[in-house]
Amino acid sequence: MQSSISLDYDIQKALRKEGLSNEDFKEICRRLDRKPNRTELGMFGVMWSEHCCYRNSKQLLTSFPTTGPRILVGPGENAGVVDLGDGLNLAFKIESHNHPSAIEPFQGAATGVGGILRDIFTMGARPIAILNSLRFGPLEDEKNIGLLEGVVSGISHYGNCVGVPTVGGEVSFDSSYSGNPLVNAMALGLLETKDIVCSGAKGIGYPVIYVGSTTGRDGMGGASFASSELTNSSLDDRPAVQVGDPFLEKGLIEACLDVFKIGNVVAAQDMGAAGLTCSTSEMASKGGVGIELNLDLVPAREKGMTPYEFLLSESQERMLFVVKPGKEESVMDSFRKWGLQASVVGKVLRENIVRVIQNNEIVADLPASALADDTPIDKHKLISDPPQDIEDHWKWNENLLPNIQKSGIQCLSGQYKDQFLNWNQILIKLLDDPTIASKRWIYSQYDHQIQSNTVILPGKADAAVIRLRSQNNYSYSKSNKGIAAVVDCQNRWVSLDPLRGSIASVAEASRNLVCVGAQPLAVTDNLNFPSPETDKGYWQLASACQGISEACNVLSTPVTGGNVSLYNETRDSEGKIQPIHPTPVIGMVGLIDNLEQICSLSWKNERDSIYLIAPKFQSDDQYLTLSASSYLEVIHGLQTGRPPLIDLNIEKKLQSFLLNLIKNKLLSSAHDISDGGLAVALSESSIDSGLGVDINLFVENQRIDKVLFAEGGSRIIVSVSSEKFIEWDNFISESLIEPITITHLGSVIKEPQIRISNNNQVLLDESLSLIKDSYESSIPRRVKSL
Amino acid sequence: MSIGIVVFPGSNCDRDVRWATEGCLGFSTKFLWHESRDLSGLEAVVLPGGFSYGDYLRCGAIARFAPVLEALIEFVDNGGKVLGICNGFQVLTELGLLPGALTRNSGLHFVCKDVELEVVSQRTSWLQNKNPGDLLTLPIAHGEGRYQCSKDTLHKLEDEDAIALRYLINPNGSISDIAGITNKSGNVLGLMPHPERACDPLTGTLDGREILEALIG
Repeated sequence: MQSSISLDYDIQKALRKEGLSNEDFKEICRRLDRKPNRTELGMFGVMWSEHCCYRNSKQLLTSFPTTGPRILVGPGENAGVVDLGDGLNLAFKIESHNHPSAIEPFQGAATGVGGILRDIFTMGARPIAILNSLRFGPLEDEKNIGLLEGVVSGISHYGNCVGVPTVGGEVSFDSSYSGNPLVNAMALGLLETKDIVCSGAKGIGYPVIYVGSTTGRDGMGGASFASSELTNSSLDDRPAVQVGDPFLEKGLIEACLDVFKIGNVVAAQDMGAAGLTCSTSEMASKGGVGIELNLDLVPAREKGMTPYEFLLSESQERMLFVVKPGKEESVMDSFRKWGLQASVVGKVLRENIVRVIQNNEIVADLPASALADDTPIDKHKLISDPPQDIEDHWKWNENLLPNIQKSGIQCLSGQYKDQFLNWNQILIKLLDDPTIASKRWIYSQYDHQIQSNTVILPGKADAAVIRLRSQNNYSYSKSNKGIAAVVDCQNRWVSLDPLRGSIASVAEASRNLVCVGAQPLAVTDNLNFPSPETDKGYWQLASACQGISEACNVLSTPVTGGNVSLYNETRDSEGKIQPIHPTPVIGMVGLIDNLEQICSLSWKNERDSIYLIAPKFQSDDQYLTLSASSYLEVIHGLQTGRPPLIDLNIEKKLQSFLLNLIKNKLLSSAHDISDGGLAVALSESSIDSGLGVDINLFVENQRIDKVLFAEGGSRIIVSVSSEKFIEWDNFISESLIEPITITHLGSVIKEPQIRISNNNQVLLDESLSLIKDSYESSIPRRVKSL
Repeated sequence: MSIGIVVFPGSNCDRDVRWATEGCLGFSTKFLWHESRDLSGLEAVVLPGGFSYGDYLRCGAIARFAPVLEALIEFVDNGGKVLGICNGFQVLTELGLLPGALTRNSGLHFVCKDVELEVVSQRTSWLQNKNPGDLLTLPIAHGEGRYQCSKDTLHKLEDEDAIALRYLINPNGSISDIAGITNKSGNVLGLMPHPERACDPLTGTLDGREILEALIG
């Protein structure tokens, strides 16, 4: 066969287009012992992008704990896998689709969901749940409303159609995300096959099969595009955004699960970023073999596509398999049944090479290891001290706020500057903050019940809970196990202290799982960061990785994989760069042994007693603070201060104590105190239940705003029914360990009123209907103002 | 006797209907691939929710040409029971087994939530143990569930006592708050809410059981 390695192209222009440096080019030439042709250079361009090879972050990610007794598959495969017992395994992973969603929110978000689902079922798991973590700029700007609407309808379109419930998520708003929204989707899948299908090709001479949709010119260069900053001209990159078809994906799921059950597929790889290039080179490199790919056999959407276009296309809903010889037709028939393409496109080679053929000519001929192994690492200097602006923020303290009046406070700056607000008004305004407010407008657009396993609906608890049952038959089993899942990131805290903020994000994710009664098992992380090429950017990334690593180690939740999305920043028309808040999103899964022992956040019965479970610290100030709080931002217009410190060992004790309370069925409700502090957490439990609270605190020598609205401190609010008091008392006297304390706060009342007193003096007394209205109408009101 | 559950490419509540009827209610069930024409031995057929053939042209518009539905018309003529849920309801209207059409929700968004429904008629066996005015709580999950029909058709539905269920609070702009209707002979019911999601004590109310139990006997 003839080789058509034409080297006739403008190297500098080509390197710019592929996002490669001159050093990269030298390294490519060294590895190949010749110059790459234009197609081959394109293949290196996508494979060596941050999106595919983590060239900026790889060194930092190696510090994550990745093993544990339940971890079956860690980082490096399509998804992580944990052992749930009873022959059931859970595959799960998170992935971002930020840049595509910034310029085409509907398709960008939709294909983000499609891509993460493929990662799950490529391993032989049936997708059973989707969660998502979203960030937008303030809804006062019409552009951000448009992005929110587009992203939510894209997720809704794809997830609803493909028949996987969207059971949970988190959304917050900050001006740093204006123009660069974040769209992270996490998927969970149930694996019931004996073998997990991995991506390393094996079997010399075995056929390589292409299944799914056709290959077109859409999504060209998406991986490179995702690895650069967004500018005014980014809209011109719209062809780099793929178009999704959930209908084809649904068929792909069913066909994949059918063929994996039979066992004729020996390796499988989803075609995501960098399409055919990535799937062939990853499969070859991981298997230590080669792959020959004949482009003439690839089902094409249009005529006249060049090898470059075939290899870099990111058309959706495509996969590559290696199958046992002689089983090609039976595998392909399963896909054709669902109206999908299926074609033998190549074979496994002994030699470790990716060889691409078109019209009987070799158009690319590369050692697989040259593309996929030992990819270049961009070294960055890690500054030893925090950047000056961060150190300045840390100097802020609560004494800089105006003095407290008995009924309220004079606001310092921002939209309420110099206004006096009483505690009632402040609570109402906090609940109206879109980051805190109800996300009903969003989750009611997602089908959260399909598959008939959703035990706790969105908005009802600190984490989503779904029932585990075999997907291979339709009989009620004795097992009553469940899975809880959550996504979390305290981005304001991370922006002010990436180490503390990322520790808090892991701790809160874990605490949320425990609040529903789940034992946290493992983490998938999505690191959404600005450019790592600035001192501050790399410091943020390195500090956040350190925090995740520390927290996951202490809380025994290994990281099984994830995604890195860098260069999340926008350049305005004057050339000024606006970086996003660094946003390390933590996706965490937990196991529930018995679904009869779970807990939601809403009050259950009037007269139930309300308690605060929290550690007692020597000095509260570092752990529990108004610094970096929602109160400080929403009411006083300040995003400053050092966020609270979390003591991970104490956190672990607290969570284990709480989990035992729930497993012993002693609690009516449990709710983590998060954004907005105690007053907001109490309100949330009331809003969902329609029951009021009468709280009497006994706090001395403390600012009242701190008592009501401070954040941090690893605190949980629980309610206990009077029928359980004896058991509760016995349990506490036997099991409560230092420094965990339990404080009686008050009781649930029938009257729909939130009443909080301190030392028998009423601080806050507001009707539940006003509180509920503020909480529920926040997002719909802003979106409708369009 | 058993229940056939039609599977179109793009159906996604087929497995849920099977879970509810077989797992929760203990009936014998089987899937009917859209290319099959064999409905022998079946007492009832369910057209489940989903996005048949991707719903690209118009919900249910392509599904009506499926081979399995040719056989279904004869099945209905012979008195066989047919239940169309959500996308299945849309298919039944496209097929002409039920009048009217289902269009985009008036709020333009997909809506997933529990709704309260009022039983309007006990004419047919689907809700024979209920009295008019009784309330049910069932989940809805649709983007195109706004029932529309001409004034004449509406009068006819009313005259024939063919309106089975009405929304207490209309979530999608349906004419006359209609959530479900039956055919004249009463053996076909189409409704937007999902009774199969309300049969399992672990995941919600049990208000959907009666409708699914009516499939047999």
